[in-house]
Amino acid sequence: MAEEFNVLVVDDEDDFRETLVKRLKIRSLNVWGAASGQKALDLMDEMVFDVVVLDVKMPGLDGIETLREMKKKKPLTEVILLTGHASIESGIEGIKLGAFDYMMKPVNIDELLDKMRQAFERKVIHEEQP
Amino acid sequence: MEEKYYKKLWWKIVFTTLGFSLIPLFALGITIYYQFSVSYTAKIIENLKTLVENRRSSMDLFFDERVSQLVTVANTHTLKQLGEETYLNKIFKTMQTRSQSFIDIGIIDQEGNHLAYIGPYPDLKEVNYKNEDWFESVLSKGVYISDVFMGFRKFPHFIIAVMSREGGKTWILRATINSDIIENVVRAAQIGKKGDAFIINKRNILQTAPRFSGELFGHPQTPDFSKTVETLVEEIVLDGENNFFAATEISNAKWILVIKEDPKEQLTPLLKARYIAVILFLAGILIIVIGTLLTTRSMMNKLIRIDREKAVSEDMVIQSSKMAALGKMAAGIAHEINNPLAVIGEKAGWIKDLLAEEDVAKSKNLKEFEDAVRKIEYHVERTKKVTHRLLGFARRMEPTLERVDVNKTLNDTVDFLENESKYRNIDIQVDFQPDLPKIMSDSSQLQQIFLNIINNAIDAIDKGGEIRIKTTHVPKNNEIMIEVTDNGPGISKENINKIFDPFFTTKEVGKGTGLGLSIVYSIIEKLGGRIMVASEFGQGTTFTIYLPVKE
Repeated sequence: MAEEFNVLVVDDEDDFRETLVKRLKIRSLNVWGAASGQKALDLMDEMVFDVVVLDVKMPGLDGIETLREMKKKKPLTEVILLTGHASIESGIEGIKLGAFDYMMKPVNIDELLDKMRQAFERKVIHEEQP
Repeated sequence: MEEKYYKKLWWKIVFTTLGFSLIPLFALGITIYYQFSVSYTAKIIENLKTLVENRRSSMDLFFDERVSQLVTVANTHTLKQLGEETYLNKIFKTMQTRSQSFIDIGIIDQEGNHLAYIGPYPDLKEVNYKNEDWFESVLSKGVYISDVFMGFRKFPHFIIAVMSREGGKTWILRATINSDIIENVVRAAQIGKKGDAFIINKRNILQTAPRFSGELFGHPQTPDFSKTVETLVEEIVLDGENNFFAATEISNAKWILVIKEDPKEQLTPLLKARYIAVILFLAGILIIVIGTLLTTRSMMNKLIRIDREKAVSEDMVIQSSKMAALGKMAAGIAHEINNPLAVIGEKAGWIKDLLAEEDVAKSKNLKEFEDAVRKIEYHVERTKKVTHRLLGFARRMEPTLERVDVNKTLNDTVDFLENESKYRNIDIQVDFQPDLPKIMSDSSQLQQIFLNIINNAIDAIDKGGEIRIKTTHVPKNNEIMIEVTDNGPGISKENINKIFDPFFTTKEVGKGTGLGLSIVYSIIEKLGGRIMVASEFGQGTTFTIYLPVKE
């Protein structure tokens, strides 16, 4: 197992978010959940997250806007976008805005873990070279 | 149905064109012919009038001369002088030197007795004329010209008698004139082969022998002109034939000169004109009819072609709007399914995680739990594939454009499928145009199209067959054409319109999603091309793809 890092899962679908949080926790990650974009941004003020898993389609502040705000607050935090839906465009837009990558739901837990580790590595590299 | 419509349209165009062309032609032809005919007939009538009046003048002149000759003799000599036959003979000889037409001459007193007679019939001297009609007439009018008659002499002649007074005595100078002279004058007016001329008196009795129209002293076999005063020219149908008649009165003799003309002879130039007009007219009709038929045929062909093109393009519009609507629906459904599917997947994953923990591991049904969870995950994965393909179908990603060598892309695809086709004993033949221009397109999307189409062909053939792939540049629209032909079972008529519809498949349940060709269709449309399919059931199928070269 790689070193532990802090993960925030943002998704309005409670069943999905809670289960994913539990599953990541037993994989030795420090995981938090947020039910909306606004709650996620609030949480980011309190603590530091290495990787954020962010659902694109949410009521209120949607994934893309949340991403934009996050990048303003903590530019080094890596974001992986999850889309339940056709919009590869929004995935691409997300990457342009600084997201690490996007994945389509339903997502395989091992693939997601791989992505998260890669994201964390990139964050570490970015931190080492200011 | 369509055939009937075109047939009807054809007739309509042909009739309208012919009508508008032929009606003016008819009108022009008839008017010109009519005008020509009228003026030509008028000219003939004019000529005939001139002729008859000319003859009449000759006749009048002849009679005037004879009468004045006799009047002169009567007035310049005394009855006593003329009563002597030797003297009368001298005068008669003098008259005959001027004109051979006088046959004899006689002097008659008011009692009707011949006082003197010179001529070939001396017996006439004994005849008393007192009771003859002409005797009364000459006494009352002074001058008398008789009708032609045979008389005692047995040849046609007529007499001119003039009255003279001397003191209280009235006497008459009478001369007989051979009507040969008149015959000659009249005969000169008998024109052509069928023309006729004759003289009748006021009782419609012939005074000269006509050529055809009757016998001397009989009634002519023509309409009755005996009441004619002014010159008249008429066109009269006689025995079913048209004839021109001209008649005029010879004033001295109270006779009527009649000239008959056969219009067939006189009108020959007119008939010739009519003949030429009819030939020109028929030629005109022929040219117009041929022209109309040719024009109409080319017009109809053009129309049919345009109609077909329109039908094809309408088909394509319908197809593409159908695809757009279905795409939206597919995206909506996929999205709605994906979110709950994600939850199911996570929950199953969580169960799997928990099963790995110790206390649960001791459960006797652990194997069953594991099996169930694995099945759930497997089917989530399967459903995910469907929804992701659906989204792939619906997504509106702009293709990335680059120069693509279609021949090379096709070759790569064929190489990729080589194992599969060899295994199934399918021969893939390629016929690529070597100098095929490179096109601006998206190579990976093109690869997906070709893979799909060729894979379909392989699946259609199943085992043992041939696939032919051909590329051609079509300079007309500057596009390239790719034809993929298989000799598989073909597509039935009821299926061929549905093959590009999403979820339409003839494969077994679970083997095909029915999305392959609809994705192909939407990709080609996005790349600015079009795809067509032609299939003969039992013979095979050809997919034809057109892609723009785009400079």
